[in-house]
Amino acid sequence: MRDLKTLPLETMHEEAGARFGAFAGWRMPLTYPAGVMKEHQHTREKAGLFDISHMRLFEVEGADACAFLSLACPLDAVALESGRSKYSMLLNEQAGILDDIIVTRLDTDRFMIVANAGNAEKDHRILSGLARGFNVSLKPLDRVLLALQGPEAESVLIGAGLDLSDLSFMSAVEPQQDWFVTRSGYTGEDGFEIALPPSHAQAFVEKLFSDERVMWAGLAARDSLRLEAGLCLYGQDLDENMDPARAAILWAIPKKLREEGSFVGADALRGLLAKGVEETRVGLKPEGRQPVRAGAILMNEAGEAVGRVTSGGFGPSAGHPVAMGYVSRALREPGTILFADVRGNRVPLRVHPLPFMPHRYRKG
Amino acid sequence: MSKTYFTKDHEWIRIEGGTATVGITDYAQEQLGDLVYVELPESGKSLAKGDTAVVVESVKAASDVYAPADGEVTEVNEALSSDPSLVNSAPMGDGWLWKMRITDESQLEGLMDEDAYKASIE
Repeated sequence: MRDLKTLPLETMHEEAGARFGAFAGWRMPLTYPAGVMKEHQHTREKAGLFDISHMRLFEVEGADACAFLSLACPLDAVALESGRSKYSMLLNEQAGILDDIIVTRLDTDRFMIVANAGNAEKDHRILSGLARGFNVSLKPLDRVLLALQGPEAESVLIGAGLDLSDLSFMSAVEPQQDWFVTRSGYTGEDGFEIALPPSHAQAFVEKLFSDERVMWAGLAARDSLRLEAGLCLYGQDLDENMDPARAAILWAIPKKLREEGSFVGADALRGLLAKGVEETRVGLKPEGRQPVRAGAILMNEAGEAVGRVTSGGFGPSAGHPVAMGYVSRALREPGTILFADVRGNRVPLRVHPLPFMPHRYRKG
Repeated sequence: MSKTYFTKDHEWIRIEGGTATVGITDYAQEQLGDLVYVELPESGKSLAKGDTAVVVESVKAASDVYAPADGEVTEVNEALSSDPSLVNSAPMGDGWLWKMRITDESQLEGLMDEDAYKASIE
């Protein structure tokens, strides 16, 4: 695991007994001694704490911030209210997905972008290129990013001196200088993502752990939680060869923008929508207990290839294997039966509505 | 009298009266994490040394368990079909994987005993 970037709180994770693995160039805690099942279930029942400092924050500021973001993403930045967040993406000229991101408006001319770790450098390059000609600054921030997820997250934060009970899902505040908190996450549960300066992080984490409802949760639990919640993982469910229509994330692009927007990739997207997409992303429930993993080819009854699995594993809360993948549009209806070859076994799967576990966000 | 051998792939083989019981070690189950599925062979299947005999699947990944010697599967641990977590809770007890009749016991020569195995994982 040489040449990997290390988290600012690595010592804390080591002391907590984390098992580490490489992810997107980072040495990341995969599991803690409790194990992925307990970490996953604890997050659904109480509060799991994830260190996601590998993800990158960019601050966008300047008189042209709205115009710049409306070019860089399929986002109506003008219509985004201060203190609100939106799921969006960066597209290439072919409408291929370069990254999926969260954009938050902090002020009239100030926004925050949270980008995936594996795409951080690419995003920085692309955004810097697009920023030329705009009166806007793009600043990568040096922050620890923590996700506190689960039904007890709000009350744990109150105990730690951060009362965010008025904040609704996909809303943000800056409770202190250089802190940035959104009510959001990637588990399907209520929760918060908290960005703070590395120098404040250890004391804050210790304060969180003075509450016995908090448990460290690693990347393995983050993956099983987001899969049950039907959320995409960039690099598996999304990549540059997928477009928002096929990926079934068109809901993130306002209808007006699809028709009239001038964001990067807009023309290509209009072309794709006019033509109609041939395949789409769906949930898949393998029958029986055997997980079907990313990379498995999906077949119809006749044994013809009709799609592929892009994420798959076991859903600890669902209590059965769960997967997502891309299938021909004609096969997208829930209940449709498909087959995957897993080491010579023909495993039947059914198209299943997403999410597998209902979202429990705190809507305003 | 039974004798237990260990492999560098973190399997254990207990020999009792011509039958070998095979499983994975405590160290291996800890590395794999919570198991959710165990793919067992059919009883009667012939295995050659080094063949994949069993696949154990954790939440995140699938891993092969190899046959430690040539032979024939005589019994599999059916309890794992409904409760794969037995491998985590009792890897050398109720979480055994399969039993086999070994054709050539000399193939076990060179495997480690418990002390040597423990030293190898330290």
